[in-house]
Amino acid sequence: MHFSLSDCVLDLVQNSIEADAGKVLLSLNQTTESFKVGIKDDGCGMSEAELKMATDPFYTDGKKHIHRKVGLGLPFLIQTLSMTDGNFDISSEKGKGTSIDIEFNLKNIDTPPVGDIISLLYQVMCFEGSYGMSAERSYADDKGSDSYTVNRKEMQDILGDLNSVSSLSLLRDFITSQEEELKTDWS
Amino acid sequence: MSKMTLEDLRKLREAKKLEASQRDTEGKETLVIVGMGTCGIAAGAKEALDVMLEELKKVGNDNVIIRQAGCMGLCHVEPTIEVRTPGMPDTIYGKVDAKVAKEIVHQHIVDGQLVNEHVYDKPAADIIKQ
Repeated sequence: MHFSLSDCVLDLVQNSIEADAGKVLLSLNQTTESFKVGIKDDGCGMSEAELKMATDPFYTDGKKHIHRKVGLGLPFLIQTLSMTDGNFDISSEKGKGTSIDIEFNLKNIDTPPVGDIISLLYQVMCFEGSYGMSAERSYADDKGSDSYTVNRKEMQDILGDLNSVSSLSLLRDFITSQEEELKTDWS
Repeated sequence: MSKMTLEDLRKLREAKKLEASQRDTEGKETLVIVGMGTCGIAAGAKEALDVMLEELKKVGNDNVIIRQAGCMGLCHVEPTIEVRTPGMPDTIYGKVDAKVAKEIVHQHIVDGQLVNEHVYDKPAADIIKQ
C-alpha cells in the first residue's frame, strides 16, 4: 500500500488524467476523525465488468504496458481501507466518467499518515494536458473549520503553463499559504 | 507566510517574468520528467519531485521545465526521473530519493556531470563511469 493517504489520492487522480478526463473535481475534507476524499472525472469510464476487474491487483487493461499483469492503483486503496476500517464507493459509466468517494478512518492506528497535502495539490495541477481541475480542501476540528479552493484554469491564467520551475514554485507557495492559513485561522 | 490572494500571486508572477526576460536563455531549456505511476508514487516520486523543485529554485535555475508522466516502465528502480539538458545525453535516473534528486540538480543540471550510479537508461554503457 502507499506510504501516505495523499500518495494514494495522487495515484487515483493520475488515473483520471490517464482516462483523458476534461474535468476533474477533487475534494479533500479532513476532520480529527476522518479524511474524506472525492474524485470525480468525465474521462473514458469503465463498464461494470471492467470496474469489477479494476479492483483485482492482477488485472490491467494492458494497453500501456503490454506484458504487464498487474494494476495496483485501486487495489492499494482497497487494501488500505480494509485494513483500517475505512469506506469507499466507486461508480463508473463507460464514456461518461468515474466517481470515487473515500472515507479514510483517521482514528484507526493502522491508517497511514495523511501526508503532504501541499505537494499533492500542486502536483495534481501539473500533469500534462488541457484538463480542468478544481480542488476543494477543508479542515475542521472542535474549534472551527475553514476551506479553500484551487482551480487549475485560474492558476494557468495567472501563472502560464504550470511546468516551469518559477510557475511551479509560485503555485506551491500559493497553496502553502492557503494550507497554513487553514490551520491557524481559529487557533 | 500570510494567506496569498490571487492578486498577490499575479503580482509575484509579473515580477518573475520581468526577471526572466532580462536573461538570455533561448534554446538552453532543461526538461525534467518525473514518473508518476502507481510504482513511482509508491516509491516516493512525490517527494523526489518536491525536492527537485525546491533545489532548482535554490540554485536559481528557472529555465527548467518539469513534467509528470505515468509509469515509464522501469518499476523496479522507481522513482525514476528523466533529464534532458543541452550538452548532456538524455538520461533516465532510477532510485531517486531526496539525496539523489539534489545530486541530479547540482551534478547533472548545473555541473553537467552524470550521477553515474543512478543512471538506468539512455547513455551507452561505455560513457558511464563504473
